Amino acid sequence: MAIAAQRKSLNKNEDDQAFNDLLKDEYKGKKLTDPINQLQDKWELLPAFLKVKGLVKQHLDSFNYFVDTDLKKIIKANETILSDVDPEFYFKYLDIRVGSKSTSQGKDRTQTPHQCRLRDMSYNAPIYVDVEYTRGKKIIMHRDVEIGKMPIMLRSNKCVLEGANELEMAKMLECPLDPGGYFIVNGTEKVILVQEQLSKNRIIVEADEKKELVQASVTSSTHERKSKTYVVTKNGKIYLKHNSISEEIPIVIALKAAGLVSDLEIMQLVCGNDSLYQEIFAVNFEECINQGITTQRQALEFIGSKVKTIRRQKLSTFQEGVEAIATTVIAHLTAVDMDFKEKALYLAIMTRRVVMAINDPKNVDDRDYVGNKRLELAGQLMSLLFEDLFKKFNSDFKNSIDKVLKKPNRATEYDALLSINVHSNNITSGLNRAISTGNWSLKRFKMERAGVTHVLSRLSYISALGMMTRISSQFEKSRKVSGPRALQPSQFGMLCTSDTPEGEACGLVKNLALMTHITTDDEEDPIKKVCYLLGVENISLLDSAALHLNYGVYVNGTLIGTTRFPAKFVSQFRKVRREGKVSEFISIYVNQQQTAVHIATDGGRICRPLIIVENGKSKVLPEHLNRLMNNELEFDDFLKMGLVEYLDCNEENDSLIALYERDLSNEMTHLEIEPFTVLGAVAGLIPYPHHNQSPRNTYQCAMGKQAIGAIAYNQFRRIDTLLYLMIYPQQPMVKTKTIELIGYDKLPAGQNATVAVMSYSGYDIEDALVLNKASIDRGFGRCETRKKTTCVLKKYPNHTQDILAGMRVDENNKPIWQHQPLGPDGLAEVGMRVESGQIYINKSIPQSSEPTGGPGMQNAAATSFKNTPVVYRAPEASYIDQVMMSVSDDEQSLIKVLLRQNRRPELGDKFSSRHGQKGVCGIIVNHEDMPFNDQGISPDIIMNPHGFPSRMTVGKMIELVSGKAGILNGSLEYGTCFGGSKLEEMSQILVEHGFNYSGKDQLYSGITGECLQAYIFFGPIYYQKLKHMVLDKMHARARGPRAVLTRQPTEGRSRDGGLRLGEMERDCVIAYGASQLLLERLMISSDAFEVDTCNKCGLMGYSGWCNTCKSSENVIKMTIPYAAKLLFQELIAMNIAPRLRLSDVFSK
Amino acid sequence: MSNNNIVNIEYNRVTNVTSTDFPSYSQNSSAMTVWDTEKFKNNLEIEIKSLEERDCNFDLKHVDTSIANAFRRIMISEVPSVAAEAVYIYNNTSVLQDEVLAHRIGLVPLQIDPEELTWCEGNGENEENPDSKYTDKNTIVLTLDVACTRNVNAPKGCTDPKILYHNSSVYSRDLKFQPEGNQAEIFANKPVVPCDDDILICKLRPGQEISLRVHCILGVGADHAKFSPVSTASYRLLPHINLLKDFTGESAKSLQKCFPEGVIGIDEDGKAYVKDPRKDTVSREVLRYDEFKDHVKLGRVRDHFIFNVESTGAMTPEEIFFKSVRILKSKAEYLKNCPISQ
Repeated sequence: MAIAAQRKSLNKNEDDQAFNDLLKDEYKGKKLTDPINQLQDKWELLPAFLKVKGLVKQHLDSFNYFVDTDLKKIIKANETILSDVDPEFYFKYLDIRVGSKSTSQGKDRTQTPHQCRLRDMSYNAPIYVDVEYTRGKKIIMHRDVEIGKMPIMLRSNKCVLEGANELEMAKMLECPLDPGGYFIVNGTEKVILVQEQLSKNRIIVEADEKKELVQASVTSSTHERKSKTYVVTKNGKIYLKHNSISEEIPIVIALKAAGLVSDLEIMQLVCGNDSLYQEIFAVNFEECINQGITTQRQALEFIGSKVKTIRRQKLSTFQEGVEAIATTVIAHLTAVDMDFKEKALYLAIMTRRVVMAINDPKNVDDRDYVGNKRLELAGQLMSLLFEDLFKKFNSDFKNSIDKVLKKPNRATEYDALLSINVHSNNITSGLNRAISTGNWSLKRFKMERAGVTHVLSRLSYISALGMMTRISSQFEKSRKVSGPRALQPSQFGMLCTSDTPEGEACGLVKNLALMTHITTDDEEDPIKKVCYLLGVENISLLDSAALHLNYGVYVNGTLIGTTRFPAKFVSQFRKVRREGKVSEFISIYVNQQQTAVHIATDGGRICRPLIIVENGKSKVLPEHLNRLMNNELEFDDFLKMGLVEYLDCNEENDSLIALYERDLSNEMTHLEIEPFTVLGAVAGLIPYPHHNQSPRNTYQCAMGKQAIGAIAYNQFRRIDTLLYLMIYPQQPMVKTKTIELIGYDKLPAGQNATVAVMSYSGYDIEDALVLNKASIDRGFGRCETRKKTTCVLKKYPNHTQDILAGMRVDENNKPIWQHQPLGPDGLAEVGMRVESGQIYINKSIPQSSEPTGGPGMQNAAATSFKNTPVVYRAPEASYIDQVMMSVSDDEQSLIKVLLRQNRRPELGDKFSSRHGQKGVCGIIVNHEDMPFNDQGISPDIIMNPHGFPSRMTVGKMIELVSGKAGILNGSLEYGTCFGGSKLEEMSQILVEHGFNYSGKDQLYSGITGECLQAYIFFGPIYYQKLKHMVLDKMHARARGPRAVLTRQPTEGRSRDGGLRLGEMERDCVIAYGASQLLLERLMISSDAFEVDTCNKCGLMGYSGWCNTCKSSENVIKMTIPYAAKLLFQELIAMNIAPRLRLSDVFSK
Repeated sequence: MSNNNIVNIEYNRVTNVTSTDFPSYSQNSSAMTVWDTEKFKNNLEIEIKSLEERDCNFDLKHVDTSIANAFRRIMISEVPSVAAEAVYIYNNTSVLQDEVLAHRIGLVPLQIDPEELTWCEGNGENEENPDSKYTDKNTIVLTLDVACTRNVNAPKGCTDPKILYHNSSVYSRDLKFQPEGNQAEIFANKPVVPCDDDILICKLRPGQEISLRVHCILGVGADHAKFSPVSTASYRLLPHINLLKDFTGESAKSLQKCFPEGVIGIDEDGKAYVKDPRKDTVSREVLRYDEFKDHVKLGRVRDHFIFNVESTGAMTPEEIFFKSVRILKSKAEYLKNCPISQ
C-alpha cells in the first residue's frame, strides 16, 4: 500500500511538473505563440522512401518484374512447339521459374557473388520450365527442366543477398552498403545502364517550320514487331507514311481503307465541327476522289499496290492491303476479325493532331520533354534478349525434333526431352555474351546496339553509385543539336540538374534525382474497366459526330472513350488510386489543348512521390511523422493511407506543387517532400551547392567519381584489376542529408584538411596547392594502389600443362635476387617486397604442346619446359597483398596475385575540394615554414585566393566557416542544399569561441615569425585526393625501343616511348634557325638510315652496288630518315620511281 | 618604446608588423641605434606562466622576432628525439597492411632520452647488410608480439569485443623494450616505454596476430614529423587594447561582451578598463560595431612573445626549449667560425 501511495505521489509530482511546464512561456523549446509544428520533419519521409526503395530500386524492380512476370508472358507467347513432320506431336511450356525448383522453397544457390568475382565466374541461376509433351501416344508432364542459366542481378529477389542483414552480408563477404543492381559475368561486374528513349505507342507531333512540314508519328512496339507510322503534310495535303509502304498514301484513302467510308464521318472524326479545321482538311478529299476511290475495298487495293513486301507466296493486292492495315500500320493495335475501327480512329486522331498543328504551330510536341521519354531498364533489355534467345532455342529444338521424327523406323519411342539439353547452352552463353560485351543484337527487330553494358567503376563508392543512377541517351553524340542536351524544366525533381559529364556527352548522359522511381508495365484492361465504371462512354458505342464535343479518354495513347466531365472523372480516378484500388504508378492528367484525359500505365515513366494537399492543408500531419520516426509506419503505409502519391512528369504538369509548407494555399494540390531531392546522389555530396556557380557543381559531380577513398566494407577482400584506396579516410565535417542517406559518411573519400587561403611561395599559381610536410608525414593524403595480375596454368591436349617452377637458390642456399619474393612453390609470398625486375610468378610452359605420337606417348613429365616468369616492372616497388589460386570454369588453374603500393602525396598529385576546384600539389613545405595562428595551428594545405573570384564557389567559403564552427562546437554541421547550417549561426559560434566572425584569423609567417599583414581565411575544408598521381604518369627516356616498321621511337609511356618533337616545336626550331639541332632531333635521334643511292639512276641500291645500273660506279652513301627510305620503296612498289638527284653543295 | 612597438590590428588588415632592420634597432629613439649586448641582457625577460610535464607557457620579452621565431623553428624541426625507423615484420595477419602498421608505430612518441643514443650514421653503404648500421649505441629495439584469442569466459550475449576477445586492441603499451648490449644497465632507471600507453595501434580479431621488431633511432623533425619532440611549439604576441574613450554603463557592458571573459573589467563607476589583455584572443569582434570601432585600438606587442610548448612526452618542454637555445648557439658559433665570415 505504502509503495502504491508513494508511486501515486510520484506520479502526481510528475503530473504537476508536466502541468507547470505547460504554464511556462516555453514548452519543449517552443513558445505558445509559435506556429504549430511546421512539418519540419517531413524530410524524414526521404530516408523512409530510400529504406523501402533504395538507390537502385529501379534496376531491381525492373529485373524482378522481368523474372517474375515478363518471363511468364514470354513463355505464354511462345508456348507450343509443333513438329512439321508429326502432326500429333506437341511440346508445351507450362511454367517458368528462375533460381528455384518448383518443389523447393527459396533459392537453390550455393555460390555467393563474391566467390564469382574472385573465381572469374558468372553469377547466375538455372532457369527451370515445366513442360508437357507427347511421347508416342502418351502425354507426359515434366517439371523442373533446366533450359539454361540466367545472370542474376545482385540484390534482386533471386539473389542470395536479398533481405540479408549486415551479419549475413558479412558472412558472404559482401558490403552491406553496396547498392547491387548489377550483374557478375566472368568475374567482372557489369551494369546495364538505363536507356532513355522516346515514348512508344504515343503520337508525337513535330513541325519543321522551314519546310512547312508537320508530321505526327507513332512508334508502335509490341513483342512481335516494331514499326513507325507517320501522318505527314506534303504541299498542304495530308498523307499516311510507313516504312513498308513505298509511297505516301493520301490520308482519306487510308481512312477509307480502315473502314471509314463516309466522307462526313471522316470529317467529323478529324475535325469535329470546327470550321477552321474543316477548311484545312477539306482539300484532302479531292485526291481520294481523283483516284476514284469510294469503297473500302478500292482503298485497300490501292494500298496493297503500294506495299513493298518480300513474301514467299504472292498475295493479291487486296490481301496485301488488308495485311498492311491489319498488321503493319499502327502495329500496336491489334485488329480482331477485320474490325479496323480502332485503327481508323487512331489514324483520325493522328490526322486531327496534324490539322491542329497546322492551324496553330504551338500545338506541336516537345521531343525533349521528360514526359515524352521512357526509360528502358535492365529488365526490359534482358527480356528482349531472352525472348530472342528463347525463340532461337525453340526453333533449334524443333529442328532437332523434326530430324528425329523424320526417321521412319525408330527402335524406341522418341522422348523430346532428351534433346532439350543440347541447346540449353545457347541461352546461357547468349545472355552471358550480351552482358559481357554489351552488344545487344536482336534479329527480330534488326536491332544492333553496342555499349549497353559497362564495367561497374569501382574507383570510389560514389563512382559505383553514380553509375547505377546513370541514364544514357540514344542520341548520337556527334550531332550538333542543343535541344536534347539542354536542361529541361520538366527534369525538375526527376533528373539531377547538376550531374552530367562535360564534353561530347554533355546533357546526353543524365542521372536520376534522389527520390525517383521508374515504373514497370501495368495491365491496361482493369484500368479501362475502371474508366467505364467511372462513367466514361465507350468509344465503340459513340456517334462520331459527338467525339470532339467531349473530352477523349486515352489509355496509353489509345482513345477508349469520352467523358463530359473531365475534372470530375480525373478527381474520381485519383481517389480510386489513392485508395490503392489501382496501382499507385498509374498517372492521369487532363490535356486542355487536346481536350483529352490521358491515363498512362506503361513502364519506364519517371515519377516521384509528393505529399497530397487538400483544402490548402498537407495530408501528412506531424503525428504521422512521429509514428514514422517511431517505426510504426513505413513509406508504403503513407501511400496506402493516401497521404503521399507518385506523380509522373505529365501529371505533375496538371498539379500545383508547393515547395514549402508556408506556400500552401487552397489551389495547391501537392507539397514537395524535400527540395534538395532535385539533386542526385552524386551532386548531393556538395555542401552548400546552392551558393555555388552551377558549372562548379557539375565539375564536382565528375570529380567526386575520381576521388580516392573507401570503396566497400569488403575492399580488402576484393581482387580488382586496379583499386585505389585511402589509408585514413574521414567523413566530412560539413555533411549533407544526402551524404547520410547514401552512406558516404561510412565510406568516405577524402579528408578534412585545415586550409589557409593565402598566397605562399609562388609555387601555388594556377591552382597549385602548398602541402604541409608534417601533415603528409602524419598520414594526410596517403593512399594505396592494388593491382591484380592474373595467370592461368593452361592444360594442353598432349597431357602436358603449365607448371610453377620453384625458386632458384645460390650457393648459400639463399634465393637469387630475381627470385627473392618467391616461396618454394614458385609463387610470391604474401607480404614480400617486389622490386622492378624481380619475378613473382615463376611459370613455365612445356616446349611442345602439340599432341605427340600415339596414345602410348604420355610422358608428360619428360617434356622440357620453357621458363616464362611474370616479371614486375614499375618505377616503384610493390608488396604482395594477396595470392589466390583457384580453378576456373574450364578446369584450369587460375592464379591471381594482388600487388599493393603505399603512396604518400608528392609533387604533382591532384587534389580537389568538393566544389569543382581541383589543383595539383605545387610544393611541399616544412612544418616550421608554414604560417601558424595564435593556437600554433599550421595549415595542411595552402590554397591560393585567386581560385575564388572567377570561380564564385561561395559554397566552399561557407563550408570552411561551418566546418570551423563545427570543430569548435564539437559537432558535425550540415551543408544540405537549400538548407543546412546557417552562416549567421556559424559566425556566432566562431565569435563565442574567440574567433573572428568571418573565419579569418591573424597568422604569423613561419619563415620570418612576424604577423602577416592580412587576415587569413583559415579553417577545415573537405579535400579529395584524385586518382591522377604523378607516379602513374611520369615518363622520360633517352634511348629505348623503336617501332619495327618505321624504326622511329615508339609512342606512349606504356611502351617506354620517346618524347615527340612535334610540328609546332619543329616550327620554333626552324624559326630560330637551329638547323643542326633540327637535323639531330628529326633524323639522327630518330630514324637515321644509311642508304646507297645511285647518282645515275637516282634509285637506291645496297652494299655500294646499284642493282638497276648493275654498277657500283655512281653509288653514293647518304643518310636519310628510315621513313623516307620506306616511302621510296613503297612508291616503287606502286610503280612510281622516285629518283634522287644529288649535287655537291661545295662543288664551286 | 612607444607605439612603434605595437602591431596594429585593424578591421581588415594588420599594419606595422615588421620590426626595423636590425634587432633592437629603432628609428625613432636614438638611444637604440647601436647594438648593446649589456642592454639586451638587461632588457631580456622570461616569465614562466605555467610549467607542467607536457605543457609549458612562458613569456619571452624584449627579443627580436627573428630570435623568438628561431627558437620556435628549432624546437619543431631540429631538436633531436627518438622514433621508430625500421620495422621488421615477422607476422602480420591483422587487417592493417604492413606499411600502414609501420607508419602508425613510427608515429608513437617514445619516452627515450635522446642523450643516451648516438647518431645513426651511414645510409646502409654496406651492400651486404644494410641493417648493419644499427648498433646498441644508436638503436633501441622494441618488440610487439600480440595474438588475439577468444575469451572463453565471456558472458553470453556479450557484443563488446573487449570482453569477447583477448587483445582485441593493440595499444602502444604492447611495444616492449628489448635491451641490447649494455642497454639494460643504461636504461635501468629510465624505462623505455611509449609516452602514452593507450595509443591505439591496431585492432585484432581471433586468429589474427602481429609479431614485429622495431628499430628506433635518433632523428630530427626536419626529416620526418615523427622525430619532432613537440606536438606544437608556437608563440603569440601579447594582445594590446587601447580604449580611446571612456565607456560606461550599457556600452561598457557590451564592450565587455566583445572580448573573452576577464579581458575587460568594469570598475565601481561602471567604467570599462582593460583588465587582462593576455586573455584576449584578438577576435576583432569589437571592431565590427560602429559604437566602438573608432574608439578602441587593438594591437599586439611586437616583442612580447607568449610561448606555448607542448611536448610529445619524450622530454620536458623546458628541456626542449633549452636544447633549442643550445642548438641556436652552436649554429651561431659555427657561423662565427665559418671561414667565409672572416
